[in-house]
Amino acid sequence: MTTSALITMVLVQGTVIFVTAYFFRKVLKAPIRQEPDSYSENDELER
Amino acid sequence: MSEVKESWGSRIGLILAMAGNAVGLGNFLRFPVQAVQNGGGTFIIPYLISFLLMGIPLLWVEWAMGRYGGKYGDHSTPFILDNMTKKRMWKYFGVFGIFTNLGVMAYYTYIESWTLTYTIKSLKGDFIGMPVDQVGSTFDQYVDLASNINTPVWAFIAFVFTLALNIYILSKGLSGGIEKVAKIAMPLLIGFGAFLAVIAITLGDTGRCIDCNSLVGLNFLWEPQFDSLANPKVWLAAAGQIFFTLSVGMGTIHCYASYVKPKDDIALNAMSAGWMNGFVEIVLGASVVIPIAVGYLGLDWVKENAGFMMAFKTMPFLFDQYGSVIGVLGGVAWFGLLFFAGITSSLAMGTPWMGFVEHEFGWSRKKSAIILGVVIFVLALPTIFFFGKGVFDEFDYWTGTVSLVVFALAEVVLFGWVFGMDKGWKEITSGADMKVPAIYRPIIKYVTPLFILIIFISSLIKPLNGELSDWATAFNSLMAGDGWLWANDSIINQMFHLNTGIIWIEDGVFTNMFYIDLSRFLLILTFVGLMAMVAIASRRRRMKA
Repeated sequence: MTTSALITMVLVQGTVIFVTAYFFRKVLKAPIRQEPDSYSENDELER
Repeated sequence: MSEVKESWGSRIGLILAMAGNAVGLGNFLRFPVQAVQNGGGTFIIPYLISFLLMGIPLLWVEWAMGRYGGKYGDHSTPFILDNMTKKRMWKYFGVFGIFTNLGVMAYYTYIESWTLTYTIKSLKGDFIGMPVDQVGSTFDQYVDLASNINTPVWAFIAFVFTLALNIYILSKGLSGGIEKVAKIAMPLLIGFGAFLAVIAITLGDTGRCIDCNSLVGLNFLWEPQFDSLANPKVWLAAAGQIFFTLSVGMGTIHCYASYVKPKDDIALNAMSAGWMNGFVEIVLGASVVIPIAVGYLGLDWVKENAGFMMAFKTMPFLFDQYGSVIGVLGGVAWFGLLFFAGITSSLAMGTPWMGFVEHEFGWSRKKSAIILGVVIFVLALPTIFFFGKGVFDEFDYWTGTVSLVVFALAEVVLFGWVFGMDKGWKEITSGADMKVPAIYRPIIKYVTPLFILIIFISSLIKPLNGELSDWATAFNSLMAGDGWLWANDSIINQMFHLNTGIIWIEDGVFTNMFYIDLSRFLLILTFVGLMAMVAIASRRRRMKA
């Protein structure tokens, strides 16, 4: 691979991996809202 | 109207389902081919700019519209749009949000059935030792039902099974069906994709030809060719890819988001699902097909033959070159991945119909799903039996391409200009678990509609091959009184057959155009039927009010 192709690939794919992980982590770390919320799986836990 | 008891099980489930909606066959097949044909590494620049200026705004707009509609109990675009304005005609624009899904689901489920069959064929080792020409002809025979009608029609049986599977899952509802599938399919899809990317990148030099090296393939895909940035064709291709890959302009995002409560986040959910799709496309999708194909067949072969059908006509041969064990594993991972990508998308396509009829006509989930199955079955028949006559491409062109742009343009104008950005911005940011950059307010109002309008007009009157020089040639031709030089795939030419004229019978035999126009009539009939259903639902609402 040429240097320019390698730099483009690493830069673009690295950025996409970082941003995807950043947003997904943010979702996982987000505080749980008070019931009633949109999601049914945590309904039992709240009662 | 009737109350429909549907909800998402968990936030992660919703995000995976939404990402599954976006991740489709195009992530692995369309994206790398588009990049190869449009400037290699430079393609990513207009692609990312289109993502920032059109993709992200449309994601936020559609999530916000969906959640807003859900507040009033609306789960499909006709009445989501209707609730945002006092003008009655907007709900008929919303018909696109159901029509597109029915049209695409018809041929998409058929492709999905190929992936299922080919997963089983790979597992059985059917492709071991098969030359590339034979792999290609095996596929041609598989889909050539018109001339093999008296032989066991496995393609048809596989389609019926795949459709039944979709309908069964849809009948189980959001959390009990779609979300469960997404939670299994998405991690498996990413796992299969990562495995294939590793075997592709590490393939290296195979010695089959001078440039038979997977790194040559990667180099070709990522080498920037900055002169291509001045070519409008490259920009149109990149913007088009953003439309397909994010599943915007379809009505599925609205439907999924309509089950989110007003106080819950949509801004971060949209980003998480959108970027997850980007990861699958840019990181995994770009690292499989092209490197493996160049590794065994060389760059010239790929430049000449890269296309959607490579998935079925070439990839089984390429995996077999790794040896029988990796060949079988690679084949199963590849077709399994495509099947998971397909089913998570086709399930999403079924939900706007489900939301519409359950809510407006009070049909049970089971009844709604069964009738959807019948509609899709009827719509799919021409694409299956007249596959070789261009009907498949006709469905894809109108429902999978043009309709998306028309609906996206309509919804973003409605959101920014009719509903108003003050209310619109409040809808996007309400309950947000992230700070939405304020720059997106003017982008949604001015830039995104302009962006989509340019795409639409360019597609409407596209000249010749759409290169910069072709626009100049077409203008000169128009000025000289010789008329516009239409590209074959321009909307105007497709609509009126300007380049060829209407020829339905030639030498006493029906031409492909006859079958294409017949399928077009079927699509128009579907659209009109949906409009009638919306009109009836609207009258029912007024009577109940």
